[in-house]
Amino acid sequence: MADRGLWPYILRRLLWAPLVLFLVSVIAFALGRFGPGDPVRVLAGQHRDPEVIAEIRRERGLDENFFVQYGRYMAGVLRGDLGTSFRYQNMPVWEVIKPRLWVTFQYNLVSLVLVFALGIPAGVWAAMHQGTWRDPFVIGVLLAFAAIPVLVLVPVLQFVFALKLRWLPVGGWQPRELFGFLELGILSKNIVIPLLALTLPGLAGVARLVRAQVLEVLGEDYVRTARAKGLGEVVVMTRHVLRNALLPIATLMGFALVGLLAGSIFLETLLGIPGIGSYAVEAVNARDYDGIMALVLLTGAAFVVANLVVDVLYAFIDPRVRLGAEAQA
Amino acid sequence: MTTAATALPAAAPAARPEAPGFWRRFLRKRLAVASLLVIVVVYGTGLLAPWVAPYSFRHQDLGNTFAGPSREHPLGTDRLGRDVLSRLIWSAQTTVIVSACSLLLGGLALGVGLGLLAGYAGGRVDNLIMRLGDVLFALPDIMLLLLITATVRPRVDAFFRDFERWSGIGGIRESGAPDYVLIFGALSLFSWVGMARVVRSQVLALRESEFVLAARALGASTGHILARHLLPNVSPLVIVAATGILGTAAGAEVALSFLGIGVQPPHPSFGVMIIENAGARNMLAHPNLLFVPAAVVGLLLVAFAFLGDALNDLLSPRRR
Repeated sequence: MADRGLWPYILRRLLWAPLVLFLVSVIAFALGRFGPGDPVRVLAGQHRDPEVIAEIRRERGLDENFFVQYGRYMAGVLRGDLGTSFRYQNMPVWEVIKPRLWVTFQYNLVSLVLVFALGIPAGVWAAMHQGTWRDPFVIGVLLAFAAIPVLVLVPVLQFVFALKLRWLPVGGWQPRELFGFLELGILSKNIVIPLLALTLPGLAGVARLVRAQVLEVLGEDYVRTARAKGLGEVVVMTRHVLRNALLPIATLMGFALVGLLAGSIFLETLLGIPGIGSYAVEAVNARDYDGIMALVLLTGAAFVVANLVVDVLYAFIDPRVRLGAEAQA
Repeated sequence: MTTAATALPAAAPAARPEAPGFWRRFLRKRLAVASLLVIVVVYGTGLLAPWVAPYSFRHQDLGNTFAGPSREHPLGTDRLGRDVLSRLIWSAQTTVIVSACSLLLGGLALGVGLGLLAGYAGGRVDNLIMRLGDVLFALPDIMLLLLITATVRPRVDAFFRDFERWSGIGGIRESGAPDYVLIFGALSLFSWVGMARVVRSQVLALRESEFVLAARALGASTGHILARHLLPNVSPLVIVAATGILGTAAGAEVALSFLGIGVQPPHPSFGVMIIENAGARNMLAHPNLLFVPAAVVGLLLVAFAFLGDALNDLLSPRRR
């Protein structure tokens, strides 16, 4: 198969991403604007003077019609201006979000690495024990962890490890400075509960896919050939099986990211971590229009980009994907 | 050969639940049976809440707060002297209402309907429906659910207020119905996509089969073909997808209520019970108030995961 289908496929995916983001932004903007509550009144505080309120409205451009407001906002976003927070005394939204983004990013990244570092061996191990009780047992336990919501798992972890055993702090976020400029919160004990609560539910997805892939590859002719040649089990597993079985797990990156971000909202709310998850809840409750927009756009962009990277990677890895796309088009 | 099987939508007819051996094979999976039992107990309790709950969810006894287990209150009382067992039972009712309505609206009405339409009509209709699904699938749904439930609530509430005034039927808002409608409405926006994809791929595979061609040759209408020939043949996968939707909706309701944008007090939800009693001090003083509802939620969602997994094994044509 020539690579004829590859570039048109990638182009289609590339055009798709901005379209999705555009739709997300319109929906989020409309929901914010047509929602209840009036942030201007919050901002005006004690001054219930209608003139002050009208003045703020004019200043913020909130007296214009919806399309003008949307156009102006998006023009700003394209210039890198995410707007102004109502909640935080007229701070630029980017200034509110930036430190929080860094916090969430840090522990999400560590958790993502852990999910793959632990999930892959678990999947391989399960596949190698197919037919015994060990395989369904491990997969079942991981599946149960995946099903338990973060808002149940976190209190249990807090109760056991912080309140009863007193090994870990109940919550909070303690950044340490590294090299004089890097603020890292993942070096303190506070990070253990969030990492557990985020990593444990993520393992099942990776482990199950790896298990299925390994089982499929184990049945291939070239594995039989390798064994027939007298190669050791370790060499067969690492060079022949894993190399082929692990390619498709690239597709899980997107899903893993989705799960982590969703989990962060509950995690940060319960543990008092100053990341974007807790800000999302705060912003929605305080009708912080521009903050909500920025978060929806950022998470939307992260999702779309993750999916895009996965799709393109996968098209390179597996020619069937683009052939399938061609056949359907 | 494996190429075609993985790249194309499953074409083989799936095992039917009424096919001989389904129940025998299902009953052999002990974990799945136990899971089904958990789900049946929780949903049964929720359905029968008005009859089995010892107290109303509103009933407070401020002279008897944080009571331990007793004859009157088998699971004790909370900080407002409300009976914990009764609150759990009424919370199960919330779970039943929200997840069943999500299934009916998002899964069956929208999901099966749009899936059948997309698969059978094909062309532009198919493209429009499936691309819309792709967009919804690519969205950060938790952020949008947060936003939708927080912003649309007053409008739903106003709608029901006007409806009560117009129709003279009272007590709709008292019953908590606007919250339920808001939550399952928002969930349905997202939950139809998976179901529609499953149904569409099955319809695509069946559309050109002999029995459909025969029916068409005999002059059957499109509606007749969809309802009598295609729908019965996609049913097994619908069951798998439906189990998924029920579990997801049950979990999402708890999550939204936990964040304070789902079911509003005094109406009970497992999520409300959890957030009311979370926090280090509450947890140490009255761990049962937090961990009893948390255990029920955990058990229910794990049961859904195991049941869905088992059904997928039994009914999905691609599985061996």
